[in-house]
Amino acid sequence: MKVLLIDDEGELISTLAERLSLRGIDADWVTNGEEALKKVEDQCYDLAVVDVRMPKMSGLALKRLMAEKCPRLKFIFMTGHGSEDDYKEGTAQAGAAYYLLKPLNIELLIEKINEVIKEQGDKP
Amino acid sequence: MSIIDRLKPEFWDYTDVAAGPHEHLFDFRRMWKLAAFLTAAVAVIPLILLSALNYHVTQSSIESERLSRTARLVSNTRRTIFYFFEERRSALDFIVKENSFESLNRLGSLEQILKNLKNSFGGFTDLGLIDPLGRQRSYVGPFKLGGKDYSDQNWYREVLKNGVYISDVFLGFRNAPHIVIAVARSHPNGLSYVLRATLDIKKLDDLLSDVEVAGRGDAFIINRHGILQTPSLYHGKVLEKLSLPVPDYALKTQVVEGNDPNGVPLFIGYTYINDTPFILMVVKDKKALMKSWYKTRMKLIAFLGISITLILIVVVGMATYLVNKSYMADQKRIMTLHQVEYTNKMASIGRLAAGVAHEVNNPLAVINEKAGLIQDLVTLKHQFGGDPRLLELVGTILSSVKRAGTITKRLLSFSRNMEISVEPVNIKDLIDEVLSFLTKEAEYRSIRVSLIASEDVPPIESDRGKLQEIFLNLINNAFAAMSDGGNLDIEIKNGEEDKVLVTVADDGCGIAEPDLKRIFEPFFSTKAKKGGTGLGLSLTQNFVREIGGTMTVASKVGKGTNFTITLPLKMETKEGGTNEGVVNRR
Repeated sequence: MKVLLIDDEGELISTLAERLSLRGIDADWVTNGEEALKKVEDQCYDLAVVDVRMPKMSGLALKRLMAEKCPRLKFIFMTGHGSEDDYKEGTAQAGAAYYLLKPLNIELLIEKINEVIKEQGDKP
Repeated sequence: MSIIDRLKPEFWDYTDVAAGPHEHLFDFRRMWKLAAFLTAAVAVIPLILLSALNYHVTQSSIESERLSRTARLVSNTRRTIFYFFEERRSALDFIVKENSFESLNRLGSLEQILKNLKNSFGGFTDLGLIDPLGRQRSYVGPFKLGGKDYSDQNWYREVLKNGVYISDVFLGFRNAPHIVIAVARSHPNGLSYVLRATLDIKKLDDLLSDVEVAGRGDAFIINRHGILQTPSLYHGKVLEKLSLPVPDYALKTQVVEGNDPNGVPLFIGYTYINDTPFILMVVKDKKALMKSWYKTRMKLIAFLGISITLILIVVVGMATYLVNKSYMADQKRIMTLHQVEYTNKMASIGRLAAGVAHEVNNPLAVINEKAGLIQDLVTLKHQFGGDPRLLELVGTILSSVKRAGTITKRLLSFSRNMEISVEPVNIKDLIDEVLSFLTKEAEYRSIRVSLIASEDVPPIESDRGKLQEIFLNLINNAFAAMSDGGNLDIEIKNGEEDKVLVTVADDGCGIAEPDLKRIFEPFFSTKAKKGGTGLGLSLTQNFVREIGGTMTVASKVGKGTNFTITLPLKMETKEGGTNEGVVNRR
């Protein structure tokens, strides 16, 4: 299980990666889309946690490019711009597995990651 | 409310406080006055002028027609009177020229002549022959005047001088009004003798009585001293002094206007009768004569009065209608302008709120992760000796971050609802959300807020953003009206026919009766000095209307105010919409 975390806020994303590692989840982190694409070229991840709003390349655009390179990659979006309503809508629209609001609830994130892993494990 | 207040149009007491230097353009009372005055002046002044001119011309022509008719009557009558005297004088002249003194003096001669005169002319009473010495030599008549000496009398001297003499009317020995006519004949020896006759005035009086004088009129004769020579119907008996002044001498017939001693206006026609001491007068009562004109005049004045009244009613009505239309259009314009302004302002606030929320969210997220990591290090990696004090502090940081996160989410939700969209809304949840903005203020000011909703109230199809603004405005107003420790009761229940009723009742200062009917007017504010714009309730009412609802208010000073909002279960959306420029979120 390999997770790639992408957010322009380095302090946030590095800490999140550390916290996931503490919980036994192998997580890499980058602060922009280009780096993320390079990472995906090097190795295929199981899950990407992407911030929707980033400079240069938005989370949605990045999702499309990454999905081309690694079709089995699953996505969880996160945003600081959302509200409860967006949470429901955004998920369906973006084609992401989940849509989480910042500040993140780590327990909820772990729960969602586990759900994604379980789904992948169920597949033949 | 007085009748004047009820009739007063809405714009009468209106002042556009925002008009600034162009205030006169929005002074509807002035506009009304100008429109009404100018239209009335243009319509009424020519009517009055024409009527006055017509009145004057008609009256003058009727007066002049009455005057000329009087003049004609006087002139005709004068001819009759003149011939009356002329005939009798000529007859006497003929007798005195045809007969010598001796033949006239013969016994029975005068008697025969008087008889013939009475038969032919009438009016002769007696006849006397006076010799050159002034003694009456022969006399026939009812009195014994034979031998009477007239030589020292004025009339005798005058007849000798002029050849003829006609006296004024006098009573004389006979004690009956009569006139003396005398003619003189020069004798070949240079001495003159005189034939003298007395005329009864009855014949003359009959002549005048036959004259038909219209308009309470009267025809009579006076002498040059103003003594009545024949009786008058209205101006005295024979030989009395006439109550009117003696008219000035004139060669021809004259008609003048004058007044009798009682001030009654008269038409006075008169003429001096040639070769006699008499003045013929025809006096008519002007009022009686002009009676038919006065009747017509009253009708004309009444017609004019009714016309002017009708014109004024129409002018006032039209001016009021047009100015009112203009006033309403202006009110609509002001409302639209303010709504646009308000919408822009709220949109700006929304954008600002969203920006702030986002900006705050990012550092919050970092704090959240860092604190979370500390917590993880303590609990998962057992670092820092598992210090419970540290864990507690981190816990506090995390719960504070959560609280702050809730606030930013709420701000974002609020700003998203600036745009128009119809969706199912649970009124209770919506009001709860609005109240959450004011929870702290309510706590600080010890205001008790109760929100009661009937269980059976269904969600309504309406615009969430508008509803938020409506209730935020109303609840804010209620907070402003209440003193610390007040009570705010909000009740939601089902109304009639697919309506939901929401009542917002406070126990604040209340609204005075005169202000109550004006609180929905734009710019009406009792808090102007405290920074109120006077737009809150007017906009709120507009929003309520926009989503198809109605709003009523009841208030008592010192007791509190009660706003009731009726909302339709399903808001009707306008085809094409009036909200151009607003981009729908979906």
